[in-house]
Amino acid sequence: MHNKTLAELAADLKAKAYSSEELTRSLLDRIARLDPQLNSFVTVTADIALTQARAADARIAAGESGPLLGIPYAHKDIFCTDGVRTSCGSKMLDNFIAPYDAAVTGKLATAGAVMLGKTNMDEFAMGSSNETSFYGPVKNPWNLDVVPGGSSGGSAAAVAARLAPAATGTDTGGSIRQPAALCNLTGIKPTYGRVSRYGMIAFASSLDQAGPMTRTAEDAAIMLTAMAGFDPRDSTCVDRPVEDYRAALGNSLKGLKVGLPKEYFGEGLDPAVGSVIQTAIDALKKLGAEPVEITLPNTALAVPAYYVVAPAECSSNLSRFDGVRFGYRCENPKDLEDLYKRSRGEGFGPEVKRRIMIGTYALSAGYYDAYYLKAQQVRHLIADDFKQAFQKVDVILGPTSPTVAFKLGEKFNDPVTMYLSDIYTIAVNLAGLPGMSIPAGFVHDLPVGLQLIGNYFDEARLLNVAHQYQQATDWHRRAPHGFN
Amino acid sequence: MALDSSEVQKIAHLARLGVDPQDVPEYARNLSNILAFVEQLNAVDCSGVLPMAHPLDTRQRLREDAVTEPNLRDKFQAHAPKVEAGLYLVPKVIE
Repeated sequence: MHNKTLAELAADLKAKAYSSEELTRSLLDRIARLDPQLNSFVTVTADIALTQARAADARIAAGESGPLLGIPYAHKDIFCTDGVRTSCGSKMLDNFIAPYDAAVTGKLATAGAVMLGKTNMDEFAMGSSNETSFYGPVKNPWNLDVVPGGSSGGSAAAVAARLAPAATGTDTGGSIRQPAALCNLTGIKPTYGRVSRYGMIAFASSLDQAGPMTRTAEDAAIMLTAMAGFDPRDSTCVDRPVEDYRAALGNSLKGLKVGLPKEYFGEGLDPAVGSVIQTAIDALKKLGAEPVEITLPNTALAVPAYYVVAPAECSSNLSRFDGVRFGYRCENPKDLEDLYKRSRGEGFGPEVKRRIMIGTYALSAGYYDAYYLKAQQVRHLIADDFKQAFQKVDVILGPTSPTVAFKLGEKFNDPVTMYLSDIYTIAVNLAGLPGMSIPAGFVHDLPVGLQLIGNYFDEARLLNVAHQYQQATDWHRRAPHGFN
Repeated sequence: MALDSSEVQKIAHLARLGVDPQDVPEYARNLSNILAFVEQLNAVDCSGVLPMAHPLDTRQRLREDAVTEPNLRDKFQAHAPKVEAGLYLVPKVIE
């Protein structure tokens, strides 16, 4: 069962080939057996999973059907889950039992999905390797010596290792797409405002967006259809009807104009990764797509602009962790200031502290215009580059990550080098566009991800291109040795 | 912009962030590298460019001024580090 896609499992459940409870038990058993070597789950919610599975079986027995009814999934530990610890990968929230459900948690529960557990992640989603988690690093199932990517590294490793057919992720600068690329998965970050952020622990509010991580584009379409939609509780959520993202999967790619930004194929890209992407472009050409050279001239400014905007918003968002209302509190504070400082100093890890300090500095008196305002202006230039490009092309294509997965510890002590591993994904968040990563091949037995970027609310087209590519290739079907 | 140890301590204070004194030089080095990296932005001419607040240029949504949240004080205080009689307890601030 574990090698089947979400769509195949749903068909089997509908045909009563097995029950959701049987499926759930078999995956819980795999998690118990295989996850100790990966560390992809922070909390396994076996009791909740079995209760939800039995409820789904009852609904199926009553004649109900639905694409997620009885389907197990892994939930990133950034989404609040009523009555279940929601740690966000931090010591600060190690003891935090969420008092309510995030919008995404509620939508998936209503659809009948079964939560297997909460997945490991970089602390407060700040990282590109899953090494900043309080619960220790996650290992990549393709090679236990390399990182799975981050920040949704636990979700990526769990789905790649066939511990769950699907997982949720969040993406502030690449945190769905980069781990999807490094673990041979399909992951989509929707347009900013498409999925409600209610109950999703905030990192950088103008960039954060939730999306699914699966093995196929069809499965991602099913998950996204359930996750998306207007929610008045998120003030930036967009009031716009949700499409059935499966509807357009079968469309032909004939005449599709695919933009290739020259800045995404230059210096910094591992030539072996570049040649895998070139092969994928050739495959899309055979399907009728027409490559068009384009330019996104402000690409090099994306990472520096991001490392002003994201830390600034993080320093503001994380000021709520004060040791008073929830979360970690230090022992024996001598006064209120000592309580704040030691609770935060002991509760946050080094990368979170770095970003809080950068953000505090960038927002402090006398520096606001030079850093934050300037970065928000540069953000406009970056968004305008995409606007120009989408007058000429339907989608934009390039690598998701400049290299395949790197070794654990390799970039951990060099923040700027680590930040540059998100060079191709960050601009998409700054512009608020949808982007996805799909499996495109291997270099040194490690997966390479192909990134597709769409115009605002063009998720259906991205999923269509991905699905057609997956009909013509079988990279997405490859399973890591030992987990197949 | 290179930050020295005293500037790091000042920023940490502004953020109410306890930093172990032995880690301060390491933070000074890392933060200076990050700031040097983001200073590429200085070379960009942004005159006349509006700062971007929301990617979709949407307006702030307004709602009726009505109570929508139930009172969940007990539930929310259940996971507070220290409460008494419905109040959050902190060290004494007034002698």
